[in-house]
Amino acid sequence: MTDLSASTVADNLARARRISESTARRRRLQLLMPALIVIGIFGLFPLTITATYSFLSPGTYGGVRWEFSTDAYVQFLFQRDIFDDTLSFSDSYLRIIGRSVGLAFVTTIGALILGFPTAYFIASKPPNQRNLWLFLITLPFWTNLLIRTYAILLIIRDEGLINFALVGSGLRSTPLNILYTDPAVFIGLIYSYLPFMVLPLYASLEKLDFKLVEAAYDLYATRLQVLRRVIIPLARPGIVAGCILVFIPGLGAYITPTLLGGGKKLMMGNMIAEQFGASRNWPFGSAAALILMTVVMLALVVYVRNSGQGGRRHG
Amino acid sequence: MADARRPRTMDLRKQPGFNQIAWLCLIFLYAPIVVLIVFSFNDNRSVVRWTEFSLRWYAAALDNQGIRNATIVSFKVASVATVFGTILATMAALATTRTAPFRGQTLSYAIINQPLMVPEIVTAVSTLALFAIIKQLTGLTGIGYLMLAHTVFCIPFAYMPIRARLEDMSLTLEQAAADLYATPFQVFRRVTLPMMSPGIVAGAMLAFVVSLDDVIITLMVAGPGETTLPIYILGQIRRGITPEINAVSTLLLGLSVILVTAFFLIGQRRR
Repeated sequence: MTDLSASTVADNLARARRISESTARRRRLQLLMPALIVIGIFGLFPLTITATYSFLSPGTYGGVRWEFSTDAYVQFLFQRDIFDDTLSFSDSYLRIIGRSVGLAFVTTIGALILGFPTAYFIASKPPNQRNLWLFLITLPFWTNLLIRTYAILLIIRDEGLINFALVGSGLRSTPLNILYTDPAVFIGLIYSYLPFMVLPLYASLEKLDFKLVEAAYDLYATRLQVLRRVIIPLARPGIVAGCILVFIPGLGAYITPTLLGGGKKLMMGNMIAEQFGASRNWPFGSAAALILMTVVMLALVVYVRNSGQGGRRHG
Repeated sequence: MADARRPRTMDLRKQPGFNQIAWLCLIFLYAPIVVLIVFSFNDNRSVVRWTEFSLRWYAAALDNQGIRNATIVSFKVASVATVFGTILATMAALATTRTAPFRGQTLSYAIINQPLMVPEIVTAVSTLALFAIIKQLTGLTGIGYLMLAHTVFCIPFAYMPIRARLEDMSLTLEQAAADLYATPFQVFRRVTLPMMSPGIVAGAMLAFVVSLDDVIITLMVAGPGETTLPIYILGQIRRGITPEINAVSTLLLGLSVILVTAFFLIGQRRR
């Protein structure tokens, strides 16, 4: 080892700091800018195009005509009569929004009911087993969502394994019709987003101080009381984070309602895609996308408000 | 832990029914995938009745020109997006870690993570709108658009593990190298880069998996002849279920699992 006197070290540090002050900022900008520019132009800027398009008129073959119009928003509530141009109230699009919010909400609750005990179970395991469990819970998230949804479809369809077992064992004479119903979409959504619930919950529960649990038991609390009054309040940031992380993608889901809802049970995700595809109504699709974005942003605001510093890790 | 001197017979940490639910979740997550994989090796066309082990659907899938073309497109797009996404993410991670807090730091994080915060369908249609404008203005077409769209959402996925790796590295070795008169480039090339390479590899793998698996953005942005494997599979599922699709799906699933397992092992070794 070199023998460095304290003053040399201090000199070096001071010099390093001077250099860093003059060049660090420029170097940081040079390194940071390419990523920010790419995401800015191709990630952020397109959102403003969508916002603009929602106030224009649809072009005949897709795209837009540059004519101001609020028709896209009016269309959510009213149907325009093609003959006399009068507006009449129609709830068909409101229903799709309602179904999306409802399904995303029920999925969130379902994922919480399944995910909380799972996360708690993992957190109470010895550390060497925790990583394996976490890996097993996360692995499906990194595999293809389309293929996983397809796997669900294979099982729940009329000719699928579940009905094969039900009819084969004589429990039912006709197959149970699950595919292309709301419950099918619900199952698919929970299946898709369960890992999003477990991970933040685990992050909270892992830090749980079991001395508090012990203290509660010493004060004659029952297991249920300990769960309700001690564990759940302490896991709150994780619960909020998990719920948001399931609710947001659930709301905008496309693959699940397309495959398992069979196009009959539309959600906002398919509705938006359809407007940019077969329906060729880009302004209406843009307006729907903007409404979806607004709901998501509101959810994120709730998340940031509730999680404080704990939220950054998952954002 | 406190377990050693536990006077009670009851385990304080346990809640009734919780481990059953945990195992149920595990079964729920894996059962459908296992069924898909098992029946892709079934000699029969059926996905419920097992007859005999066979690789015929794999042979059929590999022989299928549509699947071959889609695979090539998928790998092209994923490779390009991974390379550019990882380079941009590495640079951004170098700029945003191990520094004193700087002005615009939170904003930078927000912009880098933006592709993760906006619902994918919104990103998809917005990108479609932008590309439609660019195409109209320049007349340029081609697979470059798809690669660009993938690069954008690959950046945050590559960024996460690279940033995590950098935050675990102390500056001492780099300072030592600088004290020994290494130029900044030498320090980077000989010290920083080798030390952060596990993070870069991990980030690149995640980016590759995410690009390979993408459906929604690809569905909106891809032009004719730019069908990726997931888009091909989606088209086939809509037309009807064939055992060939089970075989391709299993292969794609297997590839993701291998990459993610490798990613996990890299992370384990670090500890």
